[in-house]
Amino acid sequence: MTEPSKKAATREIVERNLPARYRSESRFRTAGIVAIIVSVIILVLLIGSIGLKSLPAYTAWQIHLPVALDQALVDPEGDSSEASIRQGSFGRVLQNGMRETFPDVSGRSNMRSLFQLYTSLNSTRLMDQVIADPGLIGSDYVFTMPLGDDLDLYLKGMLVEDRSVEMNGVLEIEAGRRRTNIQSQSADFAIVLAELQQMMIDEALSLESRAAANRTLMASVDAEEADRLNEEAARFDQRAQVLRTDAAGENGQLELSDDLPSVIVEFRGGAIRMNRLDLNGQGGSGESILSIAENRSDEAWTLYVVDTPQARRRIPDNQLIWTRALVERGIVTQAFNHYFFANADSREPELAGIRGALNGSILTLIVTLLLSIPVGIATAIYLEEFAPKNKFTDLIEVNINNLAAVPSIIFGLLGVAIFIDVFSLPRGTPVLGGLVLSLMTLPTIIIATRASLKAVPPSIRQAALGVGASRTQSVFHHVLPLATPGILTGSIIGLSRALGETAPLLMIGMVAFIADAPKLSLEGFTEPATVLPVQIYLWYSAAERAFEPRAAAAIIVLLTLIISFNAVAVYLRRKFERRW
Amino acid sequence: MTTAQAQATLYHDIPEARDVKVAIAGVDVHYGDKQALFDVSMQIPDRSVTAFIGPSGCGKSTFLRCVNRMNDTIDGAVVTGSLKIDGTEINDKTIDPVVLRASVGMVFQKPNPFPKSIYDNVAYGPKIHGLAATREELDGIVEQSLVKAGLWGEVSDRLTDPGTSLSGGQQQRLVIARAIAVNPEVILMDEPCSALDPIATAKVEELIDELRENYCIIMVTHSMAQAARVSQMTAFFHLGNLVEYGPTEEIFTNPRERRTQDYITGRFG
Ligand SMILES: Nc1ncnc2c1ncn2[C@@H]1O[C@H](COP(=O)(O)OP(=O)(O)OP(=O)(O)O)[C@@H](O)[C@H]1O
Ligand SMILES: [Mg+2]
Repeated sequence: MTEPSKKAATREIVERNLPARYRSESRFRTAGIVAIIVSVIILVLLIGSIGLKSLPAYTAWQIHLPVALDQALVDPEGDSSEASIRQGSFGRVLQNGMRETFPDVSGRSNMRSLFQLYTSLNSTRLMDQVIADPGLIGSDYVFTMPLGDDLDLYLKGMLVEDRSVEMNGVLEIEAGRRRTNIQSQSADFAIVLAELQQMMIDEALSLESRAAANRTLMASVDAEEADRLNEEAARFDQRAQVLRTDAAGENGQLELSDDLPSVIVEFRGGAIRMNRLDLNGQGGSGESILSIAENRSDEAWTLYVVDTPQARRRIPDNQLIWTRALVERGIVTQAFNHYFFANADSREPELAGIRGALNGSILTLIVTLLLSIPVGIATAIYLEEFAPKNKFTDLIEVNINNLAAVPSIIFGLLGVAIFIDVFSLPRGTPVLGGLVLSLMTLPTIIIATRASLKAVPPSIRQAALGVGASRTQSVFHHVLPLATPGILTGSIIGLSRALGETAPLLMIGMVAFIADAPKLSLEGFTEPATVLPVQIYLWYSAAERAFEPRAAAAIIVLLTLIISFNAVAVYLRRKFERRW
Repeated sequence: MTTAQAQATLYHDIPEARDVKVAIAGVDVHYGDKQALFDVSMQIPDRSVTAFIGPSGCGKSTFLRCVNRMNDTIDGAVVTGSLKIDGTEINDKTIDPVVLRASVGMVFQKPNPFPKSIYDNVAYGPKIHGLAATREELDGIVEQSLVKAGLWGEVSDRLTDPGTSLSGGQQQRLVIARAIAVNPEVILMDEPCSALDPIATAKVEELIDELRENYCIIMVTHSMAQAARVSQMTAFFHLGNLVEYGPTEEIFTNPRERRTQDYITGRFG
């Protein structure tokens, strides 16, 4: 037959198909590159946004408060013993320190507000410091404590909208009994005044339009509903009317309510919170917050406007003013937030830290590691290398694969049913958590180990058996070393999954509020603890806004741990990888 | 084929000088439901080379694996019948295959050095069997084995290199060195030269010829020329049956069976 023509035909067919083949190849490559780019972008966005959110958690504004540790207050028994110090009134010491710092603040409610610049939990910290060093008794001491969480956020610019405006007219201050009048030579307040009036008018306009909307709606609803709408419209109108009257002012002055931005006049050594502004824009009256008002005139002063109305924020104007004064005086400074890394959880965000959760995670992971890795690897070796292949081992194999697919929360239930109900292990402890997580990681480790044992070429086993090695020797001398990289990778990935696990731990009670970090020692295993992912969950669901950056920072810590785990896995794989 | 016929094809006249090393009688091998060997009986002399020839899939490797009980490691493989080495029954559950394999070395069809150093490859057998008391003794065994395998000159200065870094032919000689390092009585070789060039093949053949003085060597080969060159005895297998077995010269010059002649002359296979 015609051999050459046949050959040519094959060639023709191949050449005809070639472009299509190359096209599909390049399509595939493009798809791969796109997929990689997309996943990198998503990863960067994810870590970037969490990282950005976590930034405020890494620094803390702290008060360096001078306090007098009077013996009578801190050591009532006078013997410097721990028992005596524990009876001391450290809260009073702190309050006295604040009083000394702001001698001109008076009045009960002002005082209470002043003492809210920090949390009262700090008195215990002061006590602990004195117990640690009784030599401090009787001395003057500078106690460092974190500023309250809201004020900390305020100084980080996250709580309110505010602005400062430099003024140039000479300010005349005239101290009255109830209020302080101020007068500037030029119309320095005119712009702010106009803004405030405009706000009130805008508000009135919007109320009026809502009233109008109600009235048009009335035509298309039944009588009862129409009545309700009409009533509401009347209320809107009434409020709009009040606003318009207020905006026009009374007795030549505009009254500043808590629903309007706060206007604060700041000058050297003092601050006045304005209650009324003169309609001529040249002055007004208010209350002196920092110091007892006295008649004086000042050339250097600023207008500090907090656009977020006092009624709509958690911290009042006077706390803002005190905090600003403390920053000015250098008593409040910003530093690395060591509380976050040294402390356990706290109900006050400024004192809350990840130490407890981190220790809990470490202890839990140690238990998981000690249980799941030896048991998992041993099981896999037995099943893969020694077990007879029959129905029963097939059943076990299928079950192990199924276990790997079981949702983790089920393991939590199992943990409750077995370890708590049957063996009555203490709830919420690292031992229990480690046991439950071991159940969860075992199948992963077994499957990874079996896969890497399977990947060892049978010729190696034959070679070992051929020179007379026993089965155990051939496995431990030859197969296992070759499978090590895969086993390590599988185990570490299983463990890092355990590190990030939340659901089963919630079930077994590792969700409690733990104010004392469990010790990294033998007792630590049986003390109640929580773990990083649970801590993140707790903080994200907490009410205080200041917990949010801390939760994000805890995520960064967790991610760092998990990523370094995986990096170790990659490193070990590279190191032990052998080729044949 | 009946047992009587099989007996008839057996070579009856083993030279006096050579004792029987391996005596096989009525061996059947099943892989699950499939029978791979049918009633094989033969007597293999000591201090000589016995070659197994036959078309692919006829059961040569299977038969070779019976001699060191490597079939035990294959799931579903069942070996029945009698296999005796020096008169001792080895196809018996009471015989530990580990002990057996220490005296019956095997060289596989594909070179399979351990992914360890050249030294460790050779030293592994002696180490696990406790053949060397001191490091010096072990060094001696390794050197001797490599010398015997004709590899010493090429690797003496790179004993710590991985065995897998050697060329295919060198690897084949390395695994031969590994097999003889435990000083076995029988060496099984499954197509030891299938992956080698003529020069390496010549070296391995030379080596086999030297080893013959001390060991009983059984080798599988697809090369008629090789069987003729190195073996004293030849067995021809076909479809799981031992068709003919006798001195190599006789098989190649004057085969009794038609099938043997056809195979040797290349008319089928
Ligand atoms: N592990 C096994 N499981 C099932 N059947 C097998 C197994 N090993 C070999 N067989 C079968 O047994 C028969 C003999 O195989 P064997 O490997 O002994 O052939 P061979 O003569 O060595 O062939 P070759 O010259 O190609 O190496 C073949 O039909 C093969 O399919
Ligand atoms: Mg074969």
